[in-house]
Amino acid sequence: MNAPAYNFAYLDEQTKRMIRRAILKAIAIPGYQVPFASREMPMPYGWGTGGVQVTAAILGPQDVLKVIDQGSDDTTNAISIRKFFAKTAGVATTTSTDHATVIQTRHRIPEASLHESQVLVYQVPIPEPLRFLEPRETETRRMHALAEYGLMHVKLYEDIARFGHIATAYAYPVKVNARYVMDPSPTPKFDNPKMDNCPALQLFGAGREKRIYAIPPYTQVVSLDFEDHPFEPYRFNAPCALCGAEDSYLDEIVTDDKGSRMFVCSDTDHCEGRQAAGHRGALSAAPYKDKAQGEANG
Amino acid sequence: MTTIAELPPGFADKVLSAQSTFRSVMDAMARPGSVQRIVPMAGTAGPMMRGTAAIALTLFDHDTPLWLDARMSDSSDVLKWLKFHTGAPVVQDTSIASFALISDGGALPSLERFALGTNEYPDRSTTVIIQVDALDAGPSFELRGPGIDGVATLRASIKPFDLFERLRINEALFPRGIDVVLVADEAVVAIPRTTRIVSKGA
Repeated sequence: MNAPAYNFAYLDEQTKRMIRRAILKAIAIPGYQVPFASREMPMPYGWGTGGVQVTAAILGPQDVLKVIDQGSDDTTNAISIRKFFAKTAGVATTTSTDHATVIQTRHRIPEASLHESQVLVYQVPIPEPLRFLEPRETETRRMHALAEYGLMHVKLYEDIARFGHIATAYAYPVKVNARYVMDPSPTPKFDNPKMDNCPALQLFGAGREKRIYAIPPYTQVVSLDFEDHPFEPYRFNAPCALCGAEDSYLDEIVTDDKGSRMFVCSDTDHCEGRQAAGHRGALSAAPYKDKAQGEANG
Repeated sequence: MTTIAELPPGFADKVLSAQSTFRSVMDAMARPGSVQRIVPMAGTAGPMMRGTAAIALTLFDHDTPLWLDARMSDSSDVLKWLKFHTGAPVVQDTSIASFALISDGGALPSLERFALGTNEYPDRSTTVIIQVDALDAGPSFELRGPGIDGVATLRASIKPFDLFERLRINEALFPRGIDVVLVADEAVVAIPRTTRIVSKGA
């Protein structure tokens, strides 16, 4: 058994052709969900089988791959997908947002601004933004065909009627290129403004639901809202406890059973980059980093 | 009778050449008006340009009905090459084609005759691949739309001369529409249905 057991990047060529054709149509019709013949992948649904298939179809040997899960490069999902492509495609991997050419993400958009030579691949659980309002695929498809999105505004309005504000905090619906209402995947609404006029190509893959969609670079992406209740990104009102960042998206971490908690950057690459640059938060306890910093300064 | 041994070859490295070609086409589609280069080269037959051949090997298979214009379909070399290397069925009916290969742009059929998709499934539309004279010289076209930061300027020598006027049907049809890929030897430019021409210079 010396022959490689799998094709480059795991998927067979016929599957890649099918996915590639779907990606091209997805780019041509921004925000429209293109059906595709999603394959079984060697990981369960919910672990990013859609994103993995999109990544496998675009990845080449010269690419540098970064994978994040909720902003972190170091969680199980991110590590296993990174290793999967290191093994099946032999690509270089990185945790640096800036150095990556392909970034596969689950539920976050990196803090660092993306550039033109990058592709951001989202893992999507439920691609249909109208699904929880209308369970029938035939109906949601017709609603998209007619651009009939009143129901979504009713849902946001009901939030306001019940809570006084739009309570949707993640998977906040957007309108792409003034036509299709699209689910940005369960990213926090903090990230929605980053999708608008982004220099990088954004591709979305939903494996179980068998849909691929896309936002081309420099495309208008507007979060749905009302004139008197404009869209507002949400962020915990605290600096990062490790790097002191005041503008990054934060995770809340419970530190004991007495209600203590700390807020840290969800984007680990961003946070580590800031710490390496000498930024310190209130709870930063990284003497080895201080030492390294001291040596660098001395 | 032509034997397989006489056919011009496909990609030397099927997997990586298809990947590289796809990325060029994807970048072209994502950044309309930008000129992308197709690096890996395959053999080609008859009036088919090298870039067209690489795109065919990358995207065509038994699932993609093909429509060929008269100059393409008159060439038995093209038919044999496509059949052997891609297996894509050649159809006479433009309205069921996934891809159309046009080598004589002057004889491009009316775009309404191709598959435009439906409002429910706008992706079920023909991608029209048109071979043109040049994508680095000729009249300039200013383009706007998704994928373009402001305005993109394309200099191209293309037939039909009124291609961009014809593509205005995409404005009323959207989300239905026709996506066009222009090929000049190894250079490729995509004009997806969202792209609008704002002016045409000399």
